[in-house]
Parts: sequence; C-alpha cells; structure tokens
Amino acid sequence: MSITINVNGNKIEAKAGETVLNVLSDHGIKVPTLCHLKNMFPTGSCRMCVVEHKNTDKLITSCSAIVEEGMEILTHSPRVTEARKVIVELLLSNHPDDCLYCVRNGNCELQGLSQELCVTERRIQGRRNKLPIDTSSVSILRDPEKCILCGRCVRVCEEIMGVACIDISKRGSQSIVSTAFDKGLNTSSCVNCGQCIMVCPTGALTEQSHFAEIKEALSDPNKKVVIQYAPAISVSVAEEFGLEAGKDIAGIMNAALRKIGFDYVFDTSFAADLTIMEESSELIKRITENKNLPLITSCCPAWVKYAEEFVPELIPNISSCKSPQQMAGAIIKSYFADKVHIKKEDIYSVSIMPCTAKKFEGQREEMTNKGISDVDAVLTTREFVKFVKLFGINMHEMQGETADSPLGIRTSAGKLFGASGGVAEAAIRTAYHTLTGSELVKFKIPEIRGLKGQKETQLQIGDLKIGVAVVNGLANAKKLLDEIKAGRKDIHFIEIMACPGGCVGGGGQPINLDEQAVKDRIQSLYRIDDTESIKVSHKNPDVIILYNEFLGKPLGKKSHELLHTEYQKRDVII
Amino acid sequence: MNEQTKKILNKYLHADRDSLIPILQEIQESEGWLSESSLTEVGRHLNMPVSKVYGVATFYNQFRFQPQGKFHIQVCRGTACHVLGSATVLQEIQKALKIKVGETTKDGLFSLEIVACIGTCGLAPVININGNFHAGVTTESLSEIIESYKEKINI
Repeated sequence: MSITINVNGNKIEAKAGETVLNVLSDHGIKVPTLCHLKNMFPTGSCRMCVVEHKNTDKLITSCSAIVEEGMEILTHSPRVTEARKVIVELLLSNHPDDCLYCVRNGNCELQGLSQELCVTERRIQGRRNKLPIDTSSVSILRDPEKCILCGRCVRVCEEIMGVACIDISKRGSQSIVSTAFDKGLNTSSCVNCGQCIMVCPTGALTEQSHFAEIKEALSDPNKKVVIQYAPAISVSVAEEFGLEAGKDIAGIMNAALRKIGFDYVFDTSFAADLTIMEESSELIKRITENKNLPLITSCCPAWVKYAEEFVPELIPNISSCKSPQQMAGAIIKSYFADKVHIKKEDIYSVSIMPCTAKKFEGQREEMTNKGISDVDAVLTTREFVKFVKLFGINMHEMQGETADSPLGIRTSAGKLFGASGGVAEAAIRTAYHTLTGSELVKFKIPEIRGLKGQKETQLQIGDLKIGVAVVNGLANAKKLLDEIKAGRKDIHFIEIMACPGGCVGGGGQPINLDEQAVKDRIQSLYRIDDTESIKVSHKNPDVIILYNEFLGKPLGKKSHELLHTEYQKRDVII
Repeated sequence: MNEQTKKILNKYLHADRDSLIPILQEIQESEGWLSESSLTEVGRHLNMPVSKVYGVATFYNQFRFQPQGKFHIQVCRGTACHVLGSATVLQEIQKALKIKVGETTKDGLFSLEIVACIGTCGLAPVININGNFHAGVTTESLSEIIESYKEKINI
C-alpha cells in the first residue's frame, strides 16, 4: 500500500511499513547515521538520524520510525542540525584528538560528520576512558579510546557471522565493547574475518599492519622478496586509484609491484587452480569411498577457525587442502626456490589478500614446513593501496605486465575464487573432466552464483549425482551445518566463505564498501570468465608443468607434504 | 562444573535467555559472586554467547565478579547519606583498603559494595558490615571501624 508523507514541504510517496530513513534515502535525501546498518534491524542508539516530526513537534530517529499517512518531516531544520551537532560534540568530548595520526584519517565517519556539521571547537570536555589498545590478535587491533559505542561491530559479529565474540559490557560512562571477561581478542572466539573493521565508523578497529616488516625486507639486499595477490584484489582496487570501479587491473598491479621493488610477482589465482586440482580429486575420492561427506572447502581461514571452535565435530569433513595463499607460499619456497636457485631461507614471501584472517592463517603452525612459514607477511587490500601511494607509483602511467613464471598463468576458474560460489564452480568443472574424460558443455552454474547467502544445486556428473551447496556469511553457514548435523544427506560438497559475497566483500577490502561495489567486482570476475579461453584449472599449462616436473599427481606424496594439512579442535570462550 | 551451579541450572532445564538474570541471581546467592566458569556454564546452558552473558551481568551493579571478602562492606549512597557526606566515606574506604567498588582486597578480608538506601536514614551516613550497622560514620571513626575488624582476625 502506498501512502503520502510530506518531507521538507514536498509530497513523497512511500510504501507502508517502511522506515522514514529508507524512504528518505530512496528519494535522494541524505540523513547522517552512525549506528545504522543497511538491511539490519534498526537500534536507534546513536540518534544521528533524528528528523523533526512536525505532527508531534518531536525529534524522532528516522532509522526506527515507520512512515505514517500525513506525516510531516523536516530533515535539515535548524533544530535538527543543532541536535546532530551536539551529538557529534558529545561523541568528540572524550575522543582522542589525534586524527592526523589515525589510520582512518580521511575516511572516518565521525570526522566527516564533524566537518559536515561545522564542529570547529571542543566545546564539551569529557573524561577519556584511557583504556589500552588490544594488540593480542594477530589480525585485528582494537582501540577502545576511539570507540563511539555505535554497536555496529557487535551486530555484524553476531548477526552476519554468528560468532558474537564481542558485546557492549558495563554501563553508562563505563560502557565498552569487550570480549567475554574483557580479555584479549586472541583468547575469544573471534575468527578474524574483519567485518567489524568494515563497519566501524572510526579508527577503533583496524588490521594489524605488516607494513614495517615488508619495507625492511624490501631494503634487505640478502632477501628476495616475492609477492602474490588474491583473485579478488585486481578487481577491487581500481577506484582507489581513480580508475573505473570494478576494472581488472592485474597487469598494472604486476608492473606497480615490480616498480616498488618486489623481485617476483605471482597471481594467487594460479594456486587457486592448484587447489582445484587437489580438492576436486579429494571430492571424487570421498564420494567413491563414501567417507567424510559432505566435503567442505578450506580456502577461507575465518571459516576454518569457526569450525575449530564451534563445529569441531565437522573437522574431518573439511578439505585437507591448504588455501591458495598457503599453497602458493609452499610452492614458492620449494619448487620455485629450486628453479631460480635461491635458498628458501632467503625468500621473504608476501601476499595481498582481501582479508584480515589471512594474517592469522599465515602464522599458523600448520602452515609451516620444517619451521619455515609458507607466507611471511600479509597485506590487506587497504594496506596495498597505501603501499602503492607510499612509493609514489602513478597507476595511470603503468603499462600492463604479466606475472612471473612459473606461477604466472592462471585460468578464469582460478579467478572465480574471488566470488561466493567460485570455488565450487571451478571444482565442479575439473571434477567433471576427471570423472567423464570430457568437458562440460556449459561451464556456467548460475544456481550457485550471486549474492544470496545460501545457494544449492544438484548436478549429474556421469553416474554420480552430486549435491552442491554454497554459503557466504558464517551465520548462514551455521544454518546449513545444523541441517547436515541433523542428518541431511543430499549435499556432497559445500563451499563456505565467511564474508558476504565471498572474498570480494572481505574484511580487508577498502572501507565504505556498499553492495553495488561487491556486485561490480563479482561482475568483473564473471566477465573475465566469459571472455577468456582457458576456463578450467586442469588446462592451466603452468599447473600441468608443475605436476609433471615436481608434484607428480594430485593427492600424491609431494602434494601431501606441501599442499595439505589438518586442523584440530580449538578451546576458546564461546 | 561446580555442584551448586549444576543444581541451579538443572532447575532451569528448558529455559531460554529470559531466565538469564534469575539464574545469575541464584548463582550469586549461593556462591557470593559470579566466576568466569559459572558465567561460561550459564552461556552454554542457555545457548548464549558468553560475551553476551558477560555484557548483561556487568550492566547490573548487583553482580560481583570477585568473591566476597570475609567482611563485606555496604556503603549507603541514598539521599540522606549523600547529604551527610557518604561520597567522602566511600572515597575514604577505597583509599584505606586500596580497592574499588565491586572489588575485594588481596588478603580476601574486605569487599566493597554500594547500596541505594538501607532504610535507616536517621543513622546517616551509614555503612553495614556483615549485618552490623555503623552510624554517623566520619573519616576518623572509619579507620577505627576498619581496624576493629582487622583485629577480629588476629584474635
């Protein structure tokens, strides 16, 4: 049903049941918010979105107020803007003054609002909470002094991720966002996904930076510094450099990274192809032996940690394959090192990931070989952008270059890893070939593409009927896994990505991510798949050479040693 | 799990998160405080993340996260006591015992709690130690009171 409301003297059509804020934003009227999260239940706690309700002469929170027939709203009256200004002044009253040194300087929502509302002096002095920064996690830093208690992180952690390792504790001026018993994040059930960073309006949540170590390695003449970048990266950064949003700039990135001083540049998508070779063989093996089904992917380190904590009974179902980041790392420090005659101790291996959990994965004990880490340092997409700017690289002037051989060629199947559903699609393509000896007629599996939280399809491959499920957002994963635990048998293969939309929506991506940006990036990945000729991992010429020269066959002895691992139950406070 | 906690949780077999506060109250009643392990157990029992249980529990002044001392001091912060200087009394106790409200001294002797009004406004400012009321407390009388309790231990 349609109703009419009056906004700033103009009549506006609105759907009954909608919130005032949604109606306003649909009509291009911008009302500032701090605690609001699109598509989630409003809390109305920050009061930034207040508008004047003429009928009652009250200020109401537009995020939680439902439109009513004949409603008269003023969105920017003097009373409203003054109220908003006071809210910002109160938030700033106990906020540190160190914007210049803050990682979010320039893209902080609080800073933006104080500018917008013309806050020019500290009118109200509040007592700072002087709480120490929580540096305990290898992925995420928490600075409680910069926290404005909007509660977005708490809600994302609980509602999207189903982890709920943080909540607001204590009360009044003592309130803080804390873990259970206010302990370090490292002892909590935090899965390091970084979605809390993505929604934090200030610098209270950031990633642990590996900047300094990488700069040091780059200036060390005895180190060969190699870098790899995840499938999602090259379609996620163009807009940060003023290029067309969603554009694939892999070639430009290769050139820029060489210019910065990295000795070798690899595309992690190569290792994604390698993962598919191993994982599709593993899938076929488990189905033919009818053992530990459904097989669940292990590419997402946030999901793996979630499983270790919340569903340890399903650990045997998780693929023993390392993630593409770790496979690339392992191959770089073995096959590649031998090939270019460098000692693996002299290689410093860096990766660029759309993810904060990859920082955690990189330092896991399971991801080492005789005491040497597969990957030494991990940059998020955000850090990579800063790195390029720090080295004064002009991306507009770069000529595209190819990645380094022998891990330089990738297929479009490997590239699909960046989007939710991509791993499953790539694995099915190769499994089909392995089982039937021929290629799929149509490579696209539209049922498992797109942004939906849970997608499923049943596929006929030769004599086998294979059920495939794809979930993104760990809260969605929990629902599916509950069904599996309750005895559901028609699913043989599950792809789980912690972040909404998959890695393109990862917790290491540029801040201020909206749904459209995620869609653009996914489209870009699918365009690559549509236009390129090698669409299946098993036809990657470099992968074929790698097996012929070094690994032997998928799931072979060498693979087992370098590319596979296992996980264990993890005791944390949940 | 602690036997007492188990007994209490068994009374709430099919309970959901609505029962959180009554459960916490009963556990505190029986153990004198809420330990990390009992909060964890409550979370598991109600299928609630422990961070949430902790968030709710720390919201309320009534819950303690340290065991009570041998002598539990309640300082009345009601209106009459406030007018007659209970803020100073509280400050002096915190200084003398080197603890804050909700905490217990390292030797386990004293713990400190604020109560809203004991209902004996004629005795203001008043403190209650293990059921004994001390009326018209001043900075001087306070140190004598504390000393007298310390002596009880030495005897």
